[in-house]
Order: sequence, then structure tokens, then C-alpha cells
Amino acid sequence: MAEVFIYPATSLILSDLVARFGHKPLGTALSVRERIQTAGLDSPPLQMTPDDAKKGLRWAAVEVPSGVRGRMSLFGPLIDRAEAAIIVRNPEFAFGCMGCARTDELVEFLIRQKGVPTLELDYPGNEEEGIIFVRKVKEFLTRPGGLS
Amino acid sequence: MIGPIPPLYAGTVTKYVFIESYKTTPADIAARAYEVSGGVMIKETCFGLQITGKEEEVDRVISHVREVDPAHIYVKDRGFPPGDPRRCRANLGGARPGYFGHEFEMGFIRRISIGLEKIDSPAEIPAPESEQKDKEGLSVKRLMELIEQEA
Repeated sequence: MAEVFIYPATSLILSDLVARFGHKPLGTALSVRERIQTAGLDSPPLQMTPDDAKKGLRWAAVEVPSGVRGRMSLFGPLIDRAEAAIIVRNPEFAFGCMGCARTDELVEFLIRQKGVPTLELDYPGNEEEGIIFVRKVKEFLTRPGGLS
Repeated sequence: MIGPIPPLYAGTVTKYVFIESYKTTPADIAARAYEVSGGVMIKETCFGLQITGKEEEVDRVISHVREVDPAHIYVKDRGFPPGDPRRCRANLGGARPGYFGHEFEMGFIRRISIGLEKIDSPAEIPAPESEQKDKEGLSVKRLMELIEQEA
């Protein structure tokens, strides 16, 4: 069972398909769960704290806006753990402010730089593309000699 | 205002179960989940369920639920447990934000269901239409066709 980073990291479809084909999806929920279940000075534990912008320095430079660094404190540890990745190109619902946009670019860059097996897709626009989408994901996750 | 509270349900996982089917309802899968619920906490929602508990128990319940309608039941992790005072609208005084991603993906998730239903069919993969069509916009050929139709 491999750990597969999914992007968008909150995607229901990607999360389900990765788990369905026997691997562990790495999405934002895992990072948020870890934060809110860890006791700390904040009560209740917050999902984001000022410290997260500092933790994000591991993946983004100091002159990068704190919004990007804070987001990277969620995504960065997941990218470090990832043994593979599935990326949906230009997902409409991930559209947001410049912090979101720059984080998205940085996430994609870090995945490519890491050199793990990556599958890039578009969301299906019709039923035929839906069939292709599922088959491509299955091929990627179950190919012989691929992810273990 | 939320008072001091310790981390809730530490050591557990919460998973969403979404159902998008013409023959199975959220109530059906809730009844199915209660059959084997054991020590997990199940919250029924309009779109399906939220299941909280130890990871192996949650996975056991989900695999039992999936058998009802495998191609139309979708599962994903959730960070917060159900009823968490930081997210639950009972504490926030109104509708809660979020679910934009789910709302977007549920709009076309039936295409994925068709893909899952036909995944083992021997038919060849259809030609990817998205690679054939011109993504830059209306092609000259298509424009000429439209002009001729209107003429």
C-alpha cells in the first residue's frame, strides 16, 4: 500500500478512487485531524496557528507571503510522505485568492521536483471521459511493478 | 463563544460516506451501517453518513456499506469529528461555510460512477474526446458550419 498525494487535496473523487484501489490517499483532512487532536496551548486546539507560518519555511522562502507558508504547513508534510501523486489540472473549485493560487503552483512544483510517479488528469466532461478517468487512475495505481 | 475543551475523539478517524444513486438512499446505507456499527459513531446526513471511530472499525463498517451499491458510494477522510464546536452550525449561529468542493464534484460524480461500472468491461477505452477537441475555443471549421446552418 503506497501513500498517494492527491491534488486538489480535498477531492472526494480522488480520495475515494485511491482508497478503492488499495492505497492511502494523502489529503488535507489528515493534516487537519492531526492538528485538532493534538493538545496544546490553545483550547480547543486550533487547526491553524501563528506557528504554522514558521513551519511553512521548510517549503517556502521567508519572503513568500505567510498565507502560502501557512498552507504549506498543511500540504508540505503530506508531500514529504508521498510515494506517488495524482493531480487534476486546473480544478475549477480550487480557484481562489493569490495565496491559494501560489500555493497550488508551489505544490505542483514540489511534487514534480520530488520525482515521484505522477498522474495528471482533467475532470471528466462527459461519460466517456469518466470511463477514461477511472481507467487511467486504476492503471496508474495497479500497474505491475508500480506502486507497492 | 466556545469554552475551553480538550481535543475531542483523540485517536479516532472520521470519514464521510457520500451516496449518489437512483436506487439507494442515505437512509438505506444508514440502516446498513447500523447492522455492523459496533463501537463506531454514525451521524446521518442528507448526503450519506459521517462515521467516527477507530480506523479499522470505521473501515470495516465502510466496506459493509459499500457492498450495497459499490459504484455509487464514495468515501473520504474528514479532519473534524461530527458536532465539533468549531465547525458545527449548532454552535456557530447559522449555516456553516464549506462543502464547496463536494458540491462541485457531486455535480459530475455520476460520470465517475459510469466509469466504475464499466471498469471491468472488455470494451476498449474510448478515444479521449478532450484531446481531439480544440481547447482554445471555437474552431474555424465549426464556425463555418454554424454560419452555413444560419444562412
